[in-house]
Amino acid sequence: MNWSVVLFGVWPYIALAVFVVGHIWRWRCDQLGWTTRTSELSEKRWLMWASPIFHLGMLLVIAGHALGLLVPPAATAALGISETAYHMVAVGAGVTAGLVLAVGVVLLVLRRFILRTRLRLVTRPGDVVVYALAVVVVAFGLWATFAANVAGPGYDYRETIAVWFRSIFYCQPQVDLMASAPWQYQVHVTAAWALIAAWPFSRLVHVWSAPLGYLTRPAIVYREQP
Amino acid sequence: MRVMAQVGMVLNLDKCIGCATCSVTCKQTWTNRDGVEYVWFNNVETKPGIGYPKRWEDQSAWRGGWRVDANGRLRLASGGKLKRLSRIFANPDLPTLDDYYDPATYDFDTLLTAPAGDRMPVARPISAITGQPMRLTWGPNWDDDLGGSGRYAADDPDMAAVRDQVRMSFEQTFMFHLPRLCEHCLNPACVASCPSGAMYKRASDGIVLVDQNKCRGWRMCVSACPYKKVYINRLSGKAEKCTFCFPRIEQGVPTVCAETCVGRLRYIGLLLYDADAVGEAAASPGDLVEAQRSVFLDPNDPAVVAQARRDGIGEDWIAAAQASPVWALAMRHKVALPLHPEYRTLPMIWYIPPLSPVLDATSAMGGDSADADDVFHAVANLRIPLEYLAALFADGDADLVAGVLMKLSAMRSHMRCLTTGRVASDDWATRVGSTAEELESLYRLLAVAKMSERYVIPPAHREDAAELAGWTTGCPLDQVAVGRP
Ligand code: HEM
Ligand code: SF4
Ligand code: SF4
Repeated sequence: MNWSVVLFGVWPYIALAVFVVGHIWRWRCDQLGWTTRTSELSEKRWLMWASPIFHLGMLLVIAGHALGLLVPPAATAALGISETAYHMVAVGAGVTAGLVLAVGVVLLVLRRFILRTRLRLVTRPGDVVVYALAVVVVAFGLWATFAANVAGPGYDYRETIAVWFRSIFYCQPQVDLMASAPWQYQVHVTAAWALIAAWPFSRLVHVWSAPLGYLTRPAIVYREQP
Repeated sequence: MRVMAQVGMVLNLDKCIGCATCSVTCKQTWTNRDGVEYVWFNNVETKPGIGYPKRWEDQSAWRGGWRVDANGRLRLASGGKLKRLSRIFANPDLPTLDDYYDPATYDFDTLLTAPAGDRMPVARPISAITGQPMRLTWGPNWDDDLGGSGRYAADDPDMAAVRDQVRMSFEQTFMFHLPRLCEHCLNPACVASCPSGAMYKRASDGIVLVDQNKCRGWRMCVSACPYKKVYINRLSGKAEKCTFCFPRIEQGVPTVCAETCVGRLRYIGLLLYDADAVGEAAASPGDLVEAQRSVFLDPNDPAVVAQARRDGIGEDWIAAAQASPVWALAMRHKVALPLHPEYRTLPMIWYIPPLSPVLDATSAMGGDSADADDVFHAVANLRIPLEYLAALFADGDADLVAGVLMKLSAMRSHMRCLTTGRVASDDWATRVGSTAEELESLYRLLAVAKMSERYVIPPAHREDAAELAGWTTGCPLDQVAVGRP
């Protein structure tokens, strides 16, 4: 059995299946557990910094990934953006966002696992898994980018990793493209799929409940019991 | 006019002995669980004192409740929707465990397992949260009965309203207990602040609840409630609050805190109100107690009754509103006042301000505390505790509180004349703008009313009760399986 097929051709599908089925199960059977599980009551001083920095970094990084992975080079070229210009902006903005996220993750990990606070008492196994994976994903993502684009000659992931990523959704995974990418990227994506698989079972489900409806809702809710 | 019904409560503070039975029975019933060790849906504070959580009344720090902006519009004190959503990742106004207290239990095992010996074994305090031995340095009523108030009471935010020269002498002057629970407000800031719409006001009786299946742990309600009566469950990360014992209320039975109250000082009943008038009353530029009273509808007014019927309120509920002790005390006799009306949530737990501080002061001044003339004199001349009570119950309107205290005092003198057979030297009732019958009915309600008069609670209309009884927190898939949506 070829490991690259398992990691880049099979694992993503397992992770996606777990992600989808896991969310359906959790939504239907565990509304009671569907929450941010806020820990601000137990620890506030660090959270005031860590959480906004982390979330800002995370939202920027998610937007960056959407752009980098889903928009093919032909599309940016059609808009008249040259490859070098795109590359400059993507690496510059990407690294900045990645660093913000990294600071956020480090602060949250320090807060939750290193400092001897009340948080240890409300930390669940799911938190350990999510933070371990998040640290790996962020660390290797930054490392890969630094090694290839800041220190190295530049690596055009848009011709390889992005194509592989999209190919997964066409159900024709181009495993070779990912197998030939630098190894730091390989670790990054493998751990990222693991994070996707862990998602529905962790507090990360709170992301889907981001309260945008609040902006248009009347202030006072009247209703009867369910 | 849109008539709605609201359950409310009145507490007669003169009778509260601060025993905290209400707090304990409430805790045993509702928050005797992991994750809510620090939570007291009902707690009893000593006033003056800083309360639980510490200095909860200081809204310049917590930004709870509502305020009126420059254009006269009602806004949550914590800011507009966008501003609050921008702070969702970390809520700067949220109290932490340190603001409440580190709940303790005791190492009772030591008492049972200690070997025979010369020394008495001691059960040491251990943190209910960490399980580790701890030092007790604070608690939800640490300053109970003015204990340590030399240090703490000056920090009471309500003291700011009392003028300096009298502030120094309050320790000799007065003290009373203030039992607190969720106010089940007509204009609840917690509900308005909940990003997921998990908090709601029951349309039938106005009880404010958190839907545990919809709460997502954004914890905005905790800081928005000016009374700090929504709490985070430490373990589940969801909001929990006083339920007004709704399963009991639905059966026509009083709340646990009321039923177990040693002083029998709590009253529960319905008020009918005009839902369309709530917004305007909450935004009223001044006279907040009067504004709040203006939303309630006289249940004996035929026009109100007719509209209530049209709005789907049942006959038994209308009859209960007519017999309501809350209506009698807050609206007819006007002796009950809302707690901190300036928070503009239109709170529905009303308080009869304590006369006892004034009586103590009357005696201290050499007057006869049983003689209403002397008491009137004291009320008129003693700025504390009047200003202090006014800061709590009347948005600073000392005259309003004075009126209530004079009425209570007049009622006592009137009854004294009656029972001692002395000829009344004066007509107490007219001096406080009332009548003898009114004072006697007030006396009856305050002094001798039986349970059936103190708690007038119509059972819920649960025509579909059988179906609702089957509702559980189980997996909804099960319900699909038995053909429920
Ligand atoms: C999109 C809107 C989002 C909102 C409104 C949001 C909001 C929140 C809130 C309120 C908390 C609780 C903080 C506390 O009081 O302890 C939280 C925690 C957390 N969020 Fe988000 N979040 C969002 C997106 C995300 C995303 C995209 C991720 C990562 C993929 C994420 C990961 C986390 C993690 C790991 C924590 C736990 C922090 C800790 O206590 O250790 N969130 N979030
Ligand atoms: S007192 Fe109760 S109803 Fe009023 S804002 Fe606070 S939690 Fe909500
Ligand atoms: S049980 Fe009654 S008397 Fe005792 S503290 Fe509570 S309200 Fe006061």
